[in-house]
Amino acid sequence: MTTFDLETKTVRDLNAALHRLPLTGSAAPFQILNPNGEHSIAVGVDADVEIAIDGPVGYFCGGMCRQARITIDGNAGQGVGENMESGLIHVKGDASQSAGATGRGGLLLIEGNASARCGISMKGVDIVVKGDIGHLSGFMAQTGRMVVFGEAGESLGDSLYEARLYVRGPVASLGADCIAKEMRDTHRAELYDLLTAAGEAGRVDVGEFTRYGSARQLYTFHVDNAGAY
Amino acid sequence: MTAPSPFHTLPRKSATFDDYTLSEIRRAAATGIYDIRGGGTKRKLPHFDDLLFLGASMSRYPLEGYREKCATNVTLGTRFAKKPIELKIPVTIAGMSFGALSAQAKEALGRGASIAGTSTTTGDGGMTPEERGQSQTLVYQYLPSRYGMNLRDLKKADAIEIVVGQGAKPGGGGMLLGQKISDRVAEMRSLPKGIDQRSACRHPDWTGADDLELKILELREITDWEKPIYLKIGASRPYYDTALAVKTGADVIVLDGMQGGTAASQDVFIEHVGIPILSAIRPAVQALQDLGMHRKVQLIVSGGIRNGADVAKALALGADAVSIGSAAMVALGDNDPRWEAEYQALGSTAGAYDDWHEGLDPAGITTQDPALAARLDPVAAGRRLANYLSVMTLEAQTIARACGKSHLHNLEPEDLCALTLEAAAMAQVPLAGTGWVPGRNGF
Repeated sequence: MTTFDLETKTVRDLNAALHRLPLTGSAAPFQILNPNGEHSIAVGVDADVEIAIDGPVGYFCGGMCRQARITIDGNAGQGVGENMESGLIHVKGDASQSAGATGRGGLLLIEGNASARCGISMKGVDIVVKGDIGHLSGFMAQTGRMVVFGEAGESLGDSLYEARLYVRGPVASLGADCIAKEMRDTHRAELYDLLTAAGEAGRVDVGEFTRYGSARQLYTFHVDNAGAY
Repeated sequence: MTAPSPFHTLPRKSATFDDYTLSEIRRAAATGIYDIRGGGTKRKLPHFDDLLFLGASMSRYPLEGYREKCATNVTLGTRFAKKPIELKIPVTIAGMSFGALSAQAKEALGRGASIAGTSTTTGDGGMTPEERGQSQTLVYQYLPSRYGMNLRDLKKADAIEIVVGQGAKPGGGGMLLGQKISDRVAEMRSLPKGIDQRSACRHPDWTGADDLELKILELREITDWEKPIYLKIGASRPYYDTALAVKTGADVIVLDGMQGGTAASQDVFIEHVGIPILSAIRPAVQALQDLGMHRKVQLIVSGGIRNGADVAKALALGADAVSIGSAAMVALGDNDPRWEAEYQALGSTAGAYDDWHEGLDPAGITTQDPALAARLDPVAAGRRLANYLSVMTLEAQTIARACGKSHLHNLEPEDLCALTLEAAAMAQVPLAGTGWVPGRNGF
């Protein structure tokens, strides 16, 4: 176990140490004390390592990470897990806006609520939010899955591509080209797997969720869609 | 029926409703969709041609050509980056995406730039191995779409360019129509094959300069403060945009005028949004000077740079380097008259072909069609680009020596005069033969 106290060391020291870890093989876990909302904690990490953050973090925690498994014991600021490529980011509190933005892989698990633009432009990441999500979530989401236990704000999935969104609660409104879709067995199985990864399998009924996806009406420019462009 | 009058004036066409305007109205009426095309603005604008160098005479001492050195090197990213970019010439290659361009064209840009000792830049589509492999110095663009953006490529880059906007369409996002979304392009962009791709115009995880400051901090942390971070902006409010760019912590500002090209955008956007590069350089330099950051935060300008005279003029106005896109494509072979018959078949002509979004480029540059792309030999095209960059540099040196300068960066506004009132006002240099700078001293 490597312990970093951010009251005595800097974020630069921490990231430099994390970047020195080998690309292959497991590394000894890191514990980060007194994060105090600092920005850019544990960004660009490309190593098989457990990172436990003991408190709230600022912007972009876990940004552009590969392999790492990060636990944040508190709230997360804007852009947590942005462009993450693999591994896990587990936020035990709430997340600010743009959580998981452009994420390409791995799992972003948020125990609380996520603010606006959750999963914006996601490109393969899985996002599970146990609370609610804010407006414009899933905007231009390309691939990947997002699961929301609570409610979704306005314009869910606006200009959505091929990402699949599962929402249990009410949705304030759907964005352009986003529609509710049939839940087939493959989707129920997929959702069950995501719930399993989130530690909620058997405690939440997949039958309570609605699947949302792209109507694919805006995939090609057409004169009659001018109002939607 | 009344007989026609034997008295007629000559047929007269409207200056307002000229032939091009009429054709556009007919096109719009027939299709119901705006015109999309590539390239930059085609309208006549105040430009570097409206400036002249004064040269040396009684009060200035020139350098001897071919004997006395006129240096051309430039260092970019000296503010915060541990590893600034060292270039032999102050002419860089602008960002153009794989997707918009063929893999062969991207490779050729890398080859040409590397021979000339300068950098090339990725684009809205990620980094290809061909481009990285052939580019000695590669700038990795960080765009709103984040297509192809990943950690390992980021670490392979020599610099990062955050794109806030571009001159052809400040405030607009990219387009890549379905004809060019091949299997490889689709995979790199995580998109379904064959769709009409609309790139976002806003970044997904930051809004405004305060957020951007934190985004830059994140990118510095990810890359261990090694790589210079550029900020590219479309010319619109250059004084305040430059000041804000400095505030965010950028190492280098790339200022792109409305003559800068695009792979595909609405014609109305290209022609009616943004300002000419000539009008943008002095306000940007003024902002840097007011903040005490001129030459500390480097300024790269682009948009309609064509020759060494343009390079010299841009540097004399205060830029540290220039960037070329459209001109580099022409050097590769874009719009070459050798393909005239095919341009005609596409309803265009060499020199006017701009339907790059259709992916049918006879020159094999703006296409993903394997047969067309194979027409471009990346080695030969790279050599042409290197030759062209060399000529631009020699031309700029020739002018600088005539002005008595031992480095291109020693050129200054006092070396210039303007041919028109507009250029004098925009570039803040005197009208030729006078001491009058419009707007200065209350006149």
